[in-house]
Amino acid sequence: MMTNTQDIQFSKEAMEKVQKIISRYPSDRKKSALIPILHIAQAEFDGWLSPQTMDYVASILNIQSIEVYEVASFYSMFNLEPVGNCLIEVCRTSSCWLCGAEDIIDHIENKLGISVGETTPDGMFTLKAVECLGSCGTAPMMQVGADYHENLTIEKVDNLFDQFRNENKKSRYC
Amino acid sequence: MSKKLLLKNDHIPGINTLATYKENGGYAVLTNALKNLSPDAIVEEVKKSGLRGRGGAGFPTGMKWSFLAKPEGVPRYLVCNADESEPGTFKDRYLMERIPHLLVEGMILSSFALGANTSYIYIRGEYFYVANILEKAIDEAYQAGYLGKNILGTGFNLDLYVQVGAGAYICGEETALLESLEGKRGNPRIKPPFPAVAGLYGCPTVVNNVETIAAVVPIIEMGGEEYAKIGIGKSTGTKLISASGHINKPGVYEIELGLPVEEFIYSEEWCGGIRGGRKMKAVVAGGSSVPILPTELILKTVNGEPRLMSYESLGDGGFISGTMLGSGGFIVMDEETSIVKNLYTFSRFYHHESCGQCSPCREGIGWMERILEKILDGRGTLADIDLLWDIQSKIEGKTICPLGEAAAWPVAAAIRHFRPEFEAYVTNPDSIKDIKHYYRLKN
Ligand SMILES: Cc1cc2nc3c(=O)[nH]c(=O)nc-3n(C[C@H](O)[C@H](O)[C@H](O)COP(=O)(O)O)c2cc1C
Ligand code: SF4
Ligand code: FES
Repeated sequence: MMTNTQDIQFSKEAMEKVQKIISRYPSDRKKSALIPILHIAQAEFDGWLSPQTMDYVASILNIQSIEVYEVASFYSMFNLEPVGNCLIEVCRTSSCWLCGAEDIIDHIENKLGISVGETTPDGMFTLKAVECLGSCGTAPMMQVGADYHENLTIEKVDNLFDQFRNENKKSRYC
Repeated sequence: MSKKLLLKNDHIPGINTLATYKENGGYAVLTNALKNLSPDAIVEEVKKSGLRGRGGAGFPTGMKWSFLAKPEGVPRYLVCNADESEPGTFKDRYLMERIPHLLVEGMILSSFALGANTSYIYIRGEYFYVANILEKAIDEAYQAGYLGKNILGTGFNLDLYVQVGAGAYICGEETALLESLEGKRGNPRIKPPFPAVAGLYGCPTVVNNVETIAAVVPIIEMGGEEYAKIGIGKSTGTKLISASGHINKPGVYEIELGLPVEEFIYSEEWCGGIRGGRKMKAVVAGGSSVPILPTELILKTVNGEPRLMSYESLGDGGFISGTMLGSGGFIVMDEETSIVKNLYTFSRFYHHESCGQCSPCREGIGWMERILEKILDGRGTLADIDLLWDIQSKIEGKTICPLGEAAAWPVAAAIRHFRPEFEAYVTNPDSIKDIKHYYRLKN
């Protein structure tokens, strides 16, 4: 099942982080480190987990590739397909909906010329509508990488997108 | 009833650092307890305090702790549940972000009480920046000798780690959380065995919510009996409430249990009333899974008594006319809110979050979501409302974990209390044209 993982290598800093995380678990329970390592892998390799990346992670933890695939496909923060540089996740659950999340989503769709779930042709932005992110008291909100943007208004969204474009923002968690 | 135990120092600049936390009395309780109290004495104080789990179910913490199996030569674990994904709930995030050391101190105290030498804080992946704040606090605690080997010269060893999740509400369910912590899919386990006997890596484990563990610090500080005097009846102590929706002052509030609901909603000290001077229509009092109540029932019980913020008072009337305190996710809706659309957002959420192991949950919730979508779309029939009722009634008690119920209860309650609105959607849409099922920003 293993595909060629030779071209994939963590940077030195990433590898140090990975080793540190592995050391947190009993030596016969290294698999516990899988989810944190997949986050690092996703940040290192273009914001998504290719089969090659997952095979590489499996080889580090000395587990079967399938064990990585089944975990990666379960959790919504892992992207199994390429995404734009900047992943925009707007919450649409109850409290955010009550405070106008649908207006925010519409506005971003119009602004970017794409629908929820799509990526702009230049590869800059991917737009997702997501479920409650624990920011209900500061609704509506969106998450971009690790950053929470709260109490959104149309104006605030416009300013943020200008800023993302200017700094060529990449959304990463690690 | 303003009484602050957990958030009393949350306004102090720099309270997230060890130095400022210590200047304000931080780690004094731990230092004193490690030197002067036995683990069993701490468990005893927690029992006396009457503290109930703040993660949602309200199970007495001291009792849970006393169930922990203690076989010789087998490690025990304490795992803190910081997955906080129940819609409407954001109090744990606030606590961890503002006063991370309170959780760290609570984890050390509780680990000592339970005899755990390795403990984990499992935090939802989206709270990545909060995980960093915790890591920093933990590093500081190691440097100060509160963590690691031979803590404060007492011979007690503890390693504390933060583990991030990756976006799955179900990992808040304690056995799914343990699976996730073991590096697997978050599929809840069949119980028994309970984690107290076979939890993380098959070893005895206690899983507690962030707020529960933080509350151990003031309990040990003042003693269980004193803590039990705060609050009302079996709802002892204070509770963090996440208030959101159509109120003037959304946010996290620490209340003394027993505060009247009406005061909480309308007083300037708390939510500050309904936005735009509108009337209130309904409240979801304890996170998305608890039954929604219309204004008359959230303010007063059917016997006409004022409803209080407590486990018992909110539960008064059972599911016919009452609800639950749950996680304290308090969502307020004004008179223009579409109850059907709100419910749809919940069903969509639960459908998305079902782990898929049990067919009533996996299929039933998706079915409910699609029917609600159809009703909102103007294609529904009266028979669809009965069908919704029928489906929700066939989920409860037939699944591995309570997520199925968490998805069914809101549907039952919305139909029970707002059936005319469901009917209007299918028979007379004109009559509800003032209801916003598409919610505009400007209020
Ligand atoms: C679907 C589901 C989601 C849950 N999510 C959480 C959560 O995010 N945080 C939490 O503390 N408890 C959550 N719980 C409750 C936990 O299973 C468990 O009861 C709790 O962590 C125990 O801690 P406590 O006794 O301190 O409340 C959830 C339960 C279910 C069924
Ligand atoms: S009730 Fe739903 S979430 Fe819980 S185990 Fe069954 S399918 Fe999974
Ligand atoms: S409902 Fe949007 S963050 Fe909770």
